[in-house]
Amino acid sequence: MPKLNLNRVPMPRQDPRVRAKNFNEVALGYTDEQALAEAERCIQCPKRGCVEGCPVDIEIPAFIQAILDGDMPEAVRVLKNKNSLPGICGRVCPQETQCEATCSLAKKQAPIAIGRLERYVADWEQAHKDLISSPVTIPQPTGKRVAVVGSGPAGLTAAADLARMGHSVTLFEALHVAGGVLMYGIPQFRLPEEIVQTEVDYVVSLGVELKLDSVIGKIDTVDELLASGYDAIFLGTGAGLPMFMNIPGENLNGVYSANEFLTRVNLMRAYRFPEYDTPVKVGKNVAVIGGGNVAMDSARCALRLGADEVTIVYRRSEAEMPARREEVENAMEEGIQFKLLTNPKRFIGNEENWVTGMECYEMELGEPDDSGRRRPIPKQGSEFIIETDVVVVALGTTPNPLIAATTEGLETTRWGTVVADEETGRTVKPGVWAGGDIVTGAATVISAMGAAKRAAADINNYLKGETSPERLAS
Amino acid sequence: MRSARDRQLYKILFKQDLVPNIHLFKIAAPSVARKAQAGQFVVIRIDEKGERIPLTIADWDRDEGSITIVFMEVGTTTHRLALLGTSDPIADFIGPLGLPTHIDKFGTVVCVAGGFAVATIMPIARAMRQKGNRVISIMGARNKDLLFWEDELRRVSDELIVTTDDGSYARRGLVTEPLKELLESDNKIDRVVAIGPSIMMKFCAETTRPFGVRTIVSLNPIMVDGTGMCGCCRVSVGGATRFACVDGPDFDGHEVDWDLLFARQRIYLDEEKCSFDQWQSEHGAVS
Repeated sequence: MPKLNLNRVPMPRQDPRVRAKNFNEVALGYTDEQALAEAERCIQCPKRGCVEGCPVDIEIPAFIQAILDGDMPEAVRVLKNKNSLPGICGRVCPQETQCEATCSLAKKQAPIAIGRLERYVADWEQAHKDLISSPVTIPQPTGKRVAVVGSGPAGLTAAADLARMGHSVTLFEALHVAGGVLMYGIPQFRLPEEIVQTEVDYVVSLGVELKLDSVIGKIDTVDELLASGYDAIFLGTGAGLPMFMNIPGENLNGVYSANEFLTRVNLMRAYRFPEYDTPVKVGKNVAVIGGGNVAMDSARCALRLGADEVTIVYRRSEAEMPARREEVENAMEEGIQFKLLTNPKRFIGNEENWVTGMECYEMELGEPDDSGRRRPIPKQGSEFIIETDVVVVALGTTPNPLIAATTEGLETTRWGTVVADEETGRTVKPGVWAGGDIVTGAATVISAMGAAKRAAADINNYLKGETSPERLAS
Repeated sequence: MRSARDRQLYKILFKQDLVPNIHLFKIAAPSVARKAQAGQFVVIRIDEKGERIPLTIADWDRDEGSITIVFMEVGTTTHRLALLGTSDPIADFIGPLGLPTHIDKFGTVVCVAGGFAVATIMPIARAMRQKGNRVISIMGARNKDLLFWEDELRRVSDELIVTTDDGSYARRGLVTEPLKELLESDNKIDRVVAIGPSIMMKFCAETTRPFGVRTIVSLNPIMVDGTGMCGCCRVSVGGATRFACVDGPDFDGHEVDWDLLFARQRIYLDEEKCSFDQWQSEHGAVS
């Protein structure tokens, strides 16, 4: 047996001092030599832990072998057989907790950099479009119509899979561009919009009809879609409703939800104002409240817009931060400050309603709570003021209530999520499936895609008449 | 190959200049027209680089598949919009957004419109009357050159009172004066709907407050998506934070925190000026 190579090939990245001032992609992607070197480390073990760790079951060893064989079209084919959005997943999947965590080399702290290789293959495909014919063939039309609501990761995946099964798919998107959170939420420097739109184009090329500017619940309800001849509906509308803290001063000018801040910057391109006509307040001292990826994204956007100082304010310690380790490190390298074990009590404003500061508690960690993380408790009498002129509240999102409010017989939880079977995506309403953040609350791109794939498979069985009981067994 | 980038555009079917800086567009948007109701709005984006702005729906034609909007030239987007003409396309036209105005048989309803909001009040007055209400409408403008749709509003009202701030036409004064007189008269007023500039809506609400007459206002905070996603349009009503785009735009005028609304409407004054100055320098001075 050859000696194990435990030297992961690092991802080339823009210098932190340079990238902190631009919106270009931080991670530059492997060169051919780097990709080959990393692919060579794969021992093609029979255990295939990586495949088990992948929510969409990509044949990871097979595409890595294809890279080694120099057969890139085959690598593309293997990837796209299970994943219609490889350029996106290669960039934003938390591989460290999925395929790379179950890689046989993970025990040696040197798992194969599967995400980087996935991105390498996806980028190769984009650069060599003319060399490869369409990697998939579409079967004969089944004559069945499916409406997919929401064109984020779940909706794109469900639409692509259903189209590849021969169904006629209409994909409805409320915003003026497809991609959902991939477009309004994740910044350019992590996921360039060209990558997203190329993968949207791929989904459309499978025969999916994309309808932008279409708010389901307003132009048509789910019931009206069913009545108008759609045989099945997949709801993938995500978790788009921002949560606020409900503390005094939250409506002061300069206090943003992360959704608003990121939508202005990413979707509306406020970083190019006034060329693009949507403005955003840049701020000198920006405070971002939260410890997830959205908080990191907001902080790093604020820095790139030109803020003097950007501080992440998080109520627990670094160990409990839900953000990807890599993104926390990127943020630290770029000069984002971290004020941990700190939680706002109220926002302070001036007479013109502009935020000027934030009164915070110092926190300490108590016993673990429902999430398994130690519960943060305010230290009495520890209040202090952080001066700030722009605040971004990045504390999570819940599903937009519009669909649930306008659909008869859909069951929701007290968090506003739609109840759906985890394995099949079936809701309690016949003919309606759901998957992604609308079911789980805010989670990851890939988990939404996994749920969408399972739902698409179940919808396919139903449309082929192989499923008789439409309702959940419960 | 089909691409997501080949997109549907929304064509202007008809344009009318109602007064020099207030314009009417009829826009082809069949799916919006099919569902539009009084009090709802659309979000438009002129082109790729444009901002998203909300505009109230003035009318709809379900057969033709068109929506009528009326807007005043205020900032960059509305000035740019005014330069478009019949058969020009608009990139995005999203709606019908927001909750419709609550229409019911209340008895006597006073519909108050300030400035170009006469276009917004029209479908509401019409629906209120169709529901069997006695509708008294009040419309006001700064001067006679800014008045339009007097006859149209008269047609859907049982009674119409017109005011101009400077007395250049009809009654001199603000809309709140005839409103107060109606409340003090023998008429039993069951509901007031007041739509116009925020300051006018506030004073209408203050006028009706002592009489305890429920007063509905249509709030116009800054919005981005208009579908409940960003929270830019949050307002405080009865002490609770609400999103005007999905919880409104109609709210109880007596419960609205007006100072907060005014303050939040001013967030981007500097940027709006910057954008407008740049646009003017690129396109020549605008009268």
